[in-house]
Amino acid sequence: MLTLQYVPSDELINLDSERKVGKLLKIIKQDKIVLMEGRLSSKEEAELIEKTMEEIDRKFKGIEIASLEPQIKKDFASVLRDSIFKMFFGNKRGMTVMGPANIIKEIKKDPNKLQLYTSNRRGRK
Amino acid sequence: MFDDLKNFFAKLFAFDLFGGKKKLKLGLYGPPNAGKTSLANRICQDWLGEEMGAVSKVPHETRHVQEKEKVTVESGKKKLTFNLADTPGIATKIDYEDFIKKGMKKKEAQERAKEATKGIIESIKWLDDMDAVIIVLDSTIDPYSQVNITIIGNLAARDIPVLIAANKVDLKKSDIKKIEAAFPQYPVIGVSAEYGDNVEGFYEELTGLMK
Repeated sequence: MLTLQYVPSDELINLDSERKVGKLLKIIKQDKIVLMEGRLSSKEEAELIEKTMEEIDRKFKGIEIASLEPQIKKDFASVLRDSIFKMFFGNKRGMTVMGPANIIKEIKKDPNKLQLYTSNRRGRK
Repeated sequence: MFDDLKNFFAKLFAFDLFGGKKKLKLGLYGPPNAGKTSLANRICQDWLGEEMGAVSKVPHETRHVQEKEKVTVESGKKKLTFNLADTPGIATKIDYEDFIKKGMKKKEAQERAKEATKGIIESIKWLDDMDAVIIVLDSTIDPYSQVNITIIGNLAARDIPVLIAANKVDLKKSDIKKIEAAFPQYPVIGVSAEYGDNVEGFYEELTGLMK
């Protein structure tokens, strides 16, 4: 059985990056797949990879992660509006899927589509 | 905000006490088995007459950052001198059993996995020291991976110049256009580090990277 846990951005917005990454990894290490509202910043993603590497052992093999984010128009007004929105409400745009590598074998991503390949005893699904 | 200020002052004071800018540090980044060390070897062979390090079909062959100092690349009238850093491939998972499948013994595979995790942490930490980066991608593989996006996002946040080397263009499945579509904000140059295809074009792009 697969467990998906939704993590709204409100649960993370007041946490610093270390606690945010710690919270997400804690859920993943319970063999759950996280569906997170919005996405982490690049710096937080790098911290998540670092922390994941520190915790890898014979049981925990790491994570799979992918984000979807709507394309923002490049004109000045759209960029400004998006920056102001992020400043006050965090990065709520799009969504991120992450889970333990022993459950999610691969995530294939097209700009607007995610495909999760999971494994079970019968093999790839 | 603090990190931005730290980066700004680090760049502002990137001069040694006796004048002159410190050596430009150019990093090779990317996922495992994209051909970073093959490209480093190509550059070092062409311009220093020696290799950077060993290459292997087994992922995570490079598990520590390797450096060569004072590499000068010339293309036409342009010239660029830098210290070249070849970094371990960045990944989000390491499974020692994958190394066993490649023919390693269990103990050796576990040791390699342990070293690989440390290498990835080292690669990420070294990002702060880079003045410019070549992202090496395997052009036969889907470029929309989160690792690629994370690396590029971190370089963009640090305002570090980036050149994407779409490696393995000698292979039939190579698709440079897909990489260009995935990262339209950066120059992409196709190259075969192993066979030297378009290496001149690569050097031309490289020498124009720092304006």
